[in-house]
Amino acid sequence: MSEAKTAPQKTIDVSSQSKQDLQVDVKQATVGVPFCENPKMSMRNVNVFYGDKQAIHDVSVDIAKNEVIAMIGPSGCGKSTFLRTLNRMNDTVDTCKVSGNIQLDSDDIYQKGLDVVELRARVGMVFQKPNPFPKSIFENIAYGPKIHGLADSRVDLDEIVEESLKKAGLWAEVKERLHQPGTGLSGGQQQRLCIARAIAVSPEVILMDEPCSALDPIATAKIEELIEELSQNFTIAIVTHSMQQAARVSNRTAYFHLGKLIEVNPTEQVFTMPEHQLTEAYITGRFG
Amino acid sequence: MPKMTFENHIMKQFDEELEEIRTQLMEMGGKVEQQLKNAIKAVIKADSSLAEEVIRDERLVDEMEVDIDEACILIIARRQPAASDLRFVMMVTKAVNDLERIGDEAKKIANHAIILSEQDSLSQGYKEVRHLGSSVSAMLANALDAFARFDVKAAMSTLEEDAQIDLDYKTALRELVTYMMEDPRSISRAINILWVVRSLERIGDHSKNLCEQIVYVVKGKDIRHQ
Repeated sequence: MSEAKTAPQKTIDVSSQSKQDLQVDVKQATVGVPFCENPKMSMRNVNVFYGDKQAIHDVSVDIAKNEVIAMIGPSGCGKSTFLRTLNRMNDTVDTCKVSGNIQLDSDDIYQKGLDVVELRARVGMVFQKPNPFPKSIFENIAYGPKIHGLADSRVDLDEIVEESLKKAGLWAEVKERLHQPGTGLSGGQQQRLCIARAIAVSPEVILMDEPCSALDPIATAKIEELIEELSQNFTIAIVTHSMQQAARVSNRTAYFHLGKLIEVNPTEQVFTMPEHQLTEAYITGRFG
Repeated sequence: MPKMTFENHIMKQFDEELEEIRTQLMEMGGKVEQQLKNAIKAVIKADSSLAEEVIRDERLVDEMEVDIDEACILIIARRQPAASDLRFVMMVTKAVNDLERIGDEAKKIANHAIILSEQDSLSQGYKEVRHLGSSVSAMLANALDAFARFDVKAAMSTLEEDAQIDLDYKTALRELVTYMMEDPRSISRAINILWVVRSLERIGDHSKNLCEQIVYVVKGKDIRHQ
């Protein structure tokens, strides 16, 4: 066998890979399995503009009930923007315009007259940096249920707070100091407090925007463990910069590139045999 | 279609590490291929010193196996390869195992060559060893060639050669049984030849595994046990 002795060739396959392969065809549909039966949330032909600049191009995808869907892609690919359209967080940006259809169960979340506060109780959000209110641990969690009228009495409220902290895996660590400030907790604890705060109002969907990027590996592992548990009761969409995190926690992975949704496939497939060349290039660390 | 190339990682070092294990695997393949050729030759020519060389080379092949495995483990630990990179690294660890087993079988053939060289110089059984030996050598060479080019087509056609080898193996067994029945004095010798053809048949199986792994690394499809 002569190949063993000659200098190794750099490119192996017959078909050579050129830079053109990595261009995005805006008209090309998302590959993989973006849709499902009886979705919890259903997005069709979603476009998002910031002023003249289009940040999201014609994205259509479903999120199944009790699924964890991870959204990955290079910086500026639109994954966070897309996530924020799912509970109308982009409403706070004046120049931002959203078109297309986004449904939560059978409700169009962009319909006129829809109570956005109500919507955000159904579709909760956890942010990149833990942002507890400058109040006690108890108040952080009790605030949502109070304004949404979910607790009839002090006893109810106590129960919701305890239940939420338990679900967020924080109860044992804070039960002795519920009335101390939430900001006094460690970063990882603060993030779990924010998750407890999000689940206190019994949402149906939880959106997580890089929830672990400010945390150390142990705190990250705890949040990931929590995501796994929460997925039994909630539907979760998570944006992450860590591909390993997407691989660990999600059922399906969606790959965004320059505002396009390129591929949605079961996570095990995306990380072993992605369908699209761009996904492959991104997850193998070949993007320059 | 994914394309097998080790270029363009943002971490250039990663490109080099993958290229390095590929080169090492090709070297190991070349070594094992040579071992097999020498072992067959040692049987046919009753060359015990060549057989001893094959046995000595086995240690080299073992060392290569350990080195490549270690390099793969390091890549997994440090780079967390995904998609085609992951399939490639996993494939290498399996291919290394098959190559090492081929080396083992070649060593067994060499051991029998030594025993045979000390027995009567009857020619019975050489024909079978020569015939099966040349088709198994060709299959291994084709498999390594397909790997060097990540050529799925070549891997698929090489894979099919195994069926013919299995058939030839059965024919050789029948021939050997006939020799033994015709002349009971040939039994001891025929049994040694039988072990040799058995090893050759096993090398065919390992070469088939190599081809299946090429299909897996390029296409992402597991075609084993189909």
